[in-house]
Amino acid sequence: MINIRLKKELQGAHGKMTLEVDSQIHPGDLTVIYGVSGAGKTSILRMLAGLFKPDSGKIEVNNSCWFDSEKRIDVKPRHRKVGFVSQDYALFPNMTVRQNLRYALDKGQPEKIIAELMDVTGLTQLQHRKPDTLSGGQQQRVALARALVRQPEILLLDEPLSALDEGMRVKMQDYLLMLHHQFNLTTILVTHDMAEIFKLAGKIFILDQGQFVRQGSPQEVFSYQEISGKYKITGTVLHIEPNDIVYVVSVLIGHQIIKVIASEAERKGLKTGDRVLIISKAFNPIILKING
Amino acid sequence: MDWSPISLTFKLALTTTLVLVVIGIPMAYGLAFSRFRLKPVIEALVSMPLVLPPTVLGFYLLIAFSPNNALGRWLNEWFGFSLVFSFEGLVVASVIYSLPFMVHPVQSGFRNVPISLKEASHLLGKSRMTTLCRVLLPNMKPALLTGVVLSFAHTIGEFGVVLMIGGNLSEETRVASIAIYDRVEALDYPTANTYSLVLFIVTFVILFTVFLLNNGYALKRRI
Repeated sequence: MINIRLKKELQGAHGKMTLEVDSQIHPGDLTVIYGVSGAGKTSILRMLAGLFKPDSGKIEVNNSCWFDSEKRIDVKPRHRKVGFVSQDYALFPNMTVRQNLRYALDKGQPEKIIAELMDVTGLTQLQHRKPDTLSGGQQQRVALARALVRQPEILLLDEPLSALDEGMRVKMQDYLLMLHHQFNLTTILVTHDMAEIFKLAGKIFILDQGQFVRQGSPQEVFSYQEISGKYKITGTVLHIEPNDIVYVVSVLIGHQIIKVIASEAERKGLKTGDRVLIISKAFNPIILKING
Repeated sequence: MDWSPISLTFKLALTTTLVLVVIGIPMAYGLAFSRFRLKPVIEALVSMPLVLPPTVLGFYLLIAFSPNNALGRWLNEWFGFSLVFSFEGLVVASVIYSLPFMVHPVQSGFRNVPISLKEASHLLGKSRMTTLCRVLLPNMKPALLTGVVLSFAHTIGEFGVVLMIGGNLSEETRVASIAIYDRVEALDYPTANTYSLVLFIVTFVILFTVFLLNNGYALKRRI
């Protein structure tokens, strides 16, 4: 069991903010932390990794204490068994793919895990290449494989897929799921991609203003009982334009823009950049597979 | 033709650079990554030789190393050599004088390596020393090269400090810059010219090589 209780004053985008979370994570779960940027997601991961010191709190991982402000315990990052993949991957440019992985080996650890990891992540062909000659998705795989070499107790992923294009992202999500199950990992993933959450997360924490405001399975967290809709999608308002007596609201959903007619009353309070939920009841959408 | 000033110059530059590599890298590391209250003081002291007339530095070193003083006497008794008017003294003075030329580029080199690489190395269970030798230093070669070469070239170009603390003893402290001055005073222009030309060409070649290599690194990085 992983127990996390953290408190830290943060200087956020909107002034001072207190990050205060208290929760438990089950070993073997894939947990997602979701929230807008500046909500404190990355700070939580960095505190778990030991890169950022909480003001107070306690971190216990499988019965060993990593941090306890009362007992003045603060285990150094290198003695915590975490795998960390940051947004920029942090691959060592002076080493080849293989050397990057070998660097992660603990003293006396057998080398066979390197070959195994390169095999499952499809890196064997690329093992003698330097990171700067690899594509984003390939670099991502190296970072992931390297984080797994030491067989960490927790794998921390800080929006690892955000820099990839749509197709690559879907592929990497499959890899992540596969690795998570194959190596029986406890994974904490920070993301704000809805599709990713529904595909990967067993449990989700919603972080807002430094607090976990909701938690549960993605279906529980994102179902809005008060509205019964046939289908619901979330998007971002791009533009609001009056047209006769109604308004045309352009909403960005994924990478597509759709136009929604809104009445004066509906438009009130909406502004560019707002996150919105689009619901339809009366019509059943037609679903078609896109070939190719 | 006496070539000893030239060989002495290079011997001095090489020794100074080696000493600076050993003490300059840890110093730059400390200044780049730690925060302590006396840091601005250390930074100011390291940078002083950039602005201070070399004669000031030479003068105080001369006083400090003089056998009439506690420090000079102690050195004399314990190590059996005097730092005044000796090659060892020149090395000490040159190290202090060229310190900023090693520390500054290496310090900014450390800063330019993304912090995430250092963190990644620690998270992979590696100590600071391992991180320094295998991750930081190999990823800041241009900065190291710049530091090494600038220290070397700057030591070759030293005059005031050497004159103050070393004097003009053949094969001991008479480096090329002193020898040139000495020859000009004796109206021996051809010898002065030879020494000058050697220094001119050698320093040009060294600096040219650095810029060539560093441009190469920069190009490689862009691809």
